[in-house]
Amino acid sequence: MTVRATILTLVTAAALVAVAAWGERVVTRSAKPDRVTVVYWEKWTGAEGEAMQKVVDDFNASQDKIFVKYLSISGVDQKTMLATAGGNPPDVAGIWQDQAFTFAELGALTDLEDMATAADLTRDYYIPAYYDALSKDGHLWGLPSTPASIGLYVRPDLVPADVATPETFPKTLEELDALSDRITKKKDGRIELAGFLPSNPGWWNYAWPILFGGENLTDHGPTVDTPEARRAFNWVAGYAKRYGSQAVQSFQSGFGNFASPQDPFMNGKVATEMNGVWKANYIKVYKPGTPFFAVPFPYPADRPDLAGHAVLSQDILCIPRGAKHKAEAFEFIKYVQRQDVMEGLCKSHGKNSPLEKVSEEFFRTHPNKAIRLFDSLARSPKAFSPPLSGFAPQVGTELNNAFQEVNTGSKTPEQALKDAQKRLDTLYKTYVEQVKPK
Amino acid sequence: MKQRREGWVGWLFAAPWVVGFTLLMLYPLVSSLVASFTNYSILRQPKFIGVDNYVELSKDTVFHQSLANTLLYALGAVPLGTVLAIALALLLNAKVKGMPVYRTLLFLPTLVPMVAQATLFLWVFNGDYGILNALLRKIGMNPPNWLGEPMWAKWTLVAIAVWGCGNAMVIYLAGLQNVPPTLYEAAELDGAKAWAKTRHVTLPMLSPVILFNVVMGIIGSIQVFAVPQVMFPGGAPARSTYMFAMYLYDNAFQFQRMGYASAMGWIMFLIILGLTLVSLRLSDRHVHYETS
Repeated sequence: MTVRATILTLVTAAALVAVAAWGERVVTRSAKPDRVTVVYWEKWTGAEGEAMQKVVDDFNASQDKIFVKYLSISGVDQKTMLATAGGNPPDVAGIWQDQAFTFAELGALTDLEDMATAADLTRDYYIPAYYDALSKDGHLWGLPSTPASIGLYVRPDLVPADVATPETFPKTLEELDALSDRITKKKDGRIELAGFLPSNPGWWNYAWPILFGGENLTDHGPTVDTPEARRAFNWVAGYAKRYGSQAVQSFQSGFGNFASPQDPFMNGKVATEMNGVWKANYIKVYKPGTPFFAVPFPYPADRPDLAGHAVLSQDILCIPRGAKHKAEAFEFIKYVQRQDVMEGLCKSHGKNSPLEKVSEEFFRTHPNKAIRLFDSLARSPKAFSPPLSGFAPQVGTELNNAFQEVNTGSKTPEQALKDAQKRLDTLYKTYVEQVKPK
Repeated sequence: MKQRREGWVGWLFAAPWVVGFTLLMLYPLVSSLVASFTNYSILRQPKFIGVDNYVELSKDTVFHQSLANTLLYALGAVPLGTVLAIALALLLNAKVKGMPVYRTLLFLPTLVPMVAQATLFLWVFNGDYGILNALLRKIGMNPPNWLGEPMWAKWTLVAIAVWGCGNAMVIYLAGLQNVPPTLYEAAELDGAKAWAKTRHVTLPMLSPVILFNVVMGIIGSIQVFAVPQVMFPGGAPARSTYMFAMYLYDNAFQFQRMGYASAMGWIMFLIILGLTLVSLRLSDRHVHYETS
C-alpha cells in the first residue's frame, strides 16, 4: 500500500468517526441557521401529533428568534433518559406526569420553578391538583401540555331507563354493583353484555385502594396492604366471583382495541366503563353517534366523604438536564401555557384544560359534551394523581400484578396484597439506599 | 520492511471488525460486568456495591418466577421445535412434485416480523373469537381462554415458537441433502426399512446439525422477549408470561436499575453458557462427525 493510499484510508476513517460522533448533533440542531433551534421530542403521532405540530408552527410563525423542531419519538421517556445520560438531550421533552419524579430524582430534569414564577405561571394560574402533581419541595419539574380526568362513561341505551341519566345514575359503588348485576347477560356460561368490569380497561389499577380511601405510598414507604386496599381488592374479586373469573377473561379477550370501532364500550359489550375525558374523541372518530353520558366514579356507600373523587393524569412538557437552550425551550413551554393556545390544544386532544381560567367558548365547542363534568372532577378536592415519587412506578407495577392475581382468581385479595407489600418493602429499601435523594 | 508494511495492511483490513468488536461488543461486555457490581441508575455515577445485586437477585421472587417461566418455555419450545423441524425437513427432502412450493410455504412463517406474529396469535388464541377455539368447539371440546389463564398463557408462546421453526427446518434440510446416498444404499442392502434408515443413517448423520440447532434454540429461548412483550405486557396474567429478558428490560429502563439489570444479564449469560456446555457434553456420545 502506498503512502498516499494509507493517508487516504486514515482520512476516510477519521471522517467516518467524526460523522458518527457529531453527525446527529449537526442534523438535529441546524434547522434554521438564523434562529436558535429548540429540539422538542414528543410521544404523539396521528391527530394528536398534528395538533401539537400546529401549535409548534404557530409558535415558530409568532416570532423570529426561536425555531422549534418537533419530533415524534416512540418510547420518548426511555430515549430522553438515555439521551440525557449521553449528554445530548432534546431541549423540550413531552413525557407523562407519573414519570416526572422518576426523572427528577435521578437529576434528569431542569427545575422550572424560577422561570415559571418569573413568567407568572404559578399555582393560581392552574387547577391546583395539576400544578401540585408537578411540584414538590419548592421544585417544579414540568408544566402541563394536556391533562385529563377520569370518570365513568355510561351507555344510556344499555342501562335500564330508571338510571339512564346522569342525575338518576347510581352514586355509590354498592348501587353500581347491583346495577351491573341487573344488566349483565350470560348465555351458556358466556358473558354477552357486562354492566361494569373493574378490569376494563384496567389502566388505573394503582387507584383502587385510593378510591376506597387508602394511600399507596407515604413518606415512610409503600402501604398497599391496608384495610382500604383489602376492601378495594375484595370488591374487585367480587366481580370475578359473581361473573366467573374464566368467563370474564374469555369475554375480555374478545375486546377490540380502544382506538377502534371494536372498543367494547363503543360496540355495546359493556354498558359502563371507567375512562378519561378523551374517550369522546375516540367515539367521534371510530363510532360517531354512540350515545353516552358521564358521571363521577361512584364511592363506597359508607364513605360519602369520597364523593367526587377522580383519577387525574397529565402529559407534561419538561426540560431535560443538559439541554442546550433552556431559556428558549421555556419560551416555547410558556407559549403553550397561554390560555388560547392551551384550550386549542386540549380541545383537539379531547381533553380538559389544566388552567384555572377556562373560556365559555372552550366548554361550548368541546368535542366531549360532558366536558363540564370532567373539568369539575379535576377541580374536586378529592381528585388525585399518581404519588409524587420515583418509587411510584414500582408501586403501580406491583398493584397491577396483585389486581391480575385477584381478577384471575389465582390469589385471594389478602394474599395478593400481602405479597405485594412484602416485595415492595424490599424494593423500597433498595430505592432509599440507591435512588431517593437524601 | 516489506513484512512490517504487510502487517500494517493486514491490520488496516481487519480494522473495521476490530473497531466494531471493541466498541460494540467488548466495551459493553466489560462495562456491563463492571456495572453489575454497582448501583447504577444511568444518570448518576455508578457506586460500587460489591455483590449486593447478585445477593438481592438470589432473594428476588419475581426474578425466580421470570427465570422459571423462561426455563419452562425453553423446555417446551426447544424439544418441540426440534422434533417438528426435523419431521418437516424429512418430508421436504422427499422427491415429490412441487416441492419448492411446499418448502416456501413452510418457511414463510419465519419471515413474519415478531410484532406481526404476536398480533396474529392474539387473534388465533382469542378465547371467544379465536380460530383455534372455534375449531375446538366444533369438535365438541370446551377450550380454555389461552391468553387469559395463567396456566395456559405461556404455552401459547411455546406454540408460536414452534410455528416459527422454519429456520431450523432449512438447516436440517441442507444437512439431509449432505447425507451420502451410498449410506442408504448400504443400509438397503442390509435389509433396512424406512424407519431403520432414518434411525441408523439419517439421524446420526444429522446429529451435528441437531446439536447446532439445539444450542441456538436454547440461546434464543432464554433470550425470548419481543413476542411476550407485545402479547402479554408486564407478563400478564399475573406474571405467568413474565420472561427473564422482560424483567431485565423493566429493571434497566422502567426502574432505572441498570446495575441490577447488568447482573441479570450476566446470570443469563452464565445460564446460557452452562446449558450450552451441558449440551456439548451430552452430545459427545450421540453426535457423529463424518471426519471423526
